[in-house]
Amino acid sequence: MATQTQDASHGAADAAHAAADSAPGMPQLAFETFPNQIFWLLVTLVVIYLVLSRVALPRIGAILAERQGTITNDLAAAEDLKAKAVEAEEAYNKALADARAEAQRIAAETRAEIQVGLDEAIAKADAEIAAKAAESEKAIAEIRAGALESIQAVATDTAGELVTALGGKADAKAVAGAVQTRMKG
Amino acid sequence: MASDAHGADEGGLVFHPMDQFIVKPLFGGDTVAWYTPTNMTLWLGFAILAVIAILVLSTSKRAIVPGRGQSIAELAYGFIYKMVEDICGKEGVKFFPYIMTLFMFIVCANFLGMIPTAFTPTSHFAVTAVLALMVFITVTVLGFVKNGTAFLGLFWVSSAPLALRPVLAIIELISYFVRPVSHSIRLAGNVMAGHAVIKVFAGFAAIAVISPVSVLAITAMYGLEVLVSFIQAYVFTILTCVYLKDALHPSH
Repeated sequence: MATQTQDASHGAADAAHAAADSAPGMPQLAFETFPNQIFWLLVTLVVIYLVLSRVALPRIGAILAERQGTITNDLAAAEDLKAKAVEAEEAYNKALADARAEAQRIAAETRAEIQVGLDEAIAKADAEIAAKAAESEKAIAEIRAGALESIQAVATDTAGELVTALGGKADAKAVAGAVQTRMKG
Repeated sequence: MASDAHGADEGGLVFHPMDQFIVKPLFGGDTVAWYTPTNMTLWLGFAILAVIAILVLSTSKRAIVPGRGQSIAELAYGFIYKMVEDICGKEGVKFFPYIMTLFMFIVCANFLGMIPTAFTPTSHFAVTAVLALMVFITVTVLGFVKNGTAFLGLFWVSSAPLALRPVLAIIELISYFVRPVSHSIRLAGNVMAGHAVIKVFAGFAAIAVISPVSVLAITAMYGLEVLVSFIQAYVFTILTCVYLKDALHPSH
């Protein structure tokens, strides 16, 4: 097809295409240039291959590996720091719990001490109160006894006086016996 | 071709969409001997410089936190490395420099070819055919060296019914030998077609009424070609990996 059109254009515009006519319709099919193209292509490919395999690819690979290493290291460091933070938090919590327990222990001890003192004081106070009460009771008994005697005397006197006032003759002995009998009930 | 005749008919319009692909000696003269430095030599040299700039100069600082240039180099490296590893497996990694060479060369040649008035080496069948044949020969030799005659199992589809297998074997055999052809023509054809179409649109720009449309069309085609430049390099590379996988693990 290429050569056909080539012929056509030959006929149509000979002069105008004189330069282009030296090449076929498709320069891609100008076989006399093939050795040249292939030679320079192979040179190019060999040069690019050497540049890539000797310099570029190892370098880029090293850069990527180095970056990967850095990232991995940084991640490991971050992990470490995180673990440390968790540890620190645990230690803090432990210290807090310890302190709380200590405080509770101290409070309980103090409470027990106070209780002991309190008990002692209460016992002492009880004993004192008991002693005082006994004393008071004794005094009251004395007073009561004293009062009974006085009442008997007053009653005997009053009865004697009444008997006298009513015109009788007060027999002190009889009056005393009668009062005594009355008071016994 | 056809447009040549067309242009001649209209008189004012001159189309030379294929002239951009002509291989010319760089320093004058008419004959192109195998060693003559040509315009292709020049642009192949630019491709080498581009590869060095992208992968070597940009990484010279070896920064842990990459800059722009180094990011591009690392991206290219990671992109191809992952492709090779994913498709070919761990054993494929030793072919990584070879595949990276193919990819970087095609990408740089394609993109440099997008510069106006540039010459595009990858638009030539001679170039892409050599690339594809290198892959084909590597795969075939590697397949037999690594697997011995077991490599022929590639053509014997053991999962198919027994009666079908000979037929499939013939089809597989044909498709195997068509690989380098499709592999090379796909790349050169895409690049050449895009460049030629842009040139055709550019030819229309000579007519004042059509020129705005022409400029828009060139812009659109240029955008498409930028995509094609990358995608074709990607396709060439990934197919290379797929073929290489066949050599390393020939079982279906």
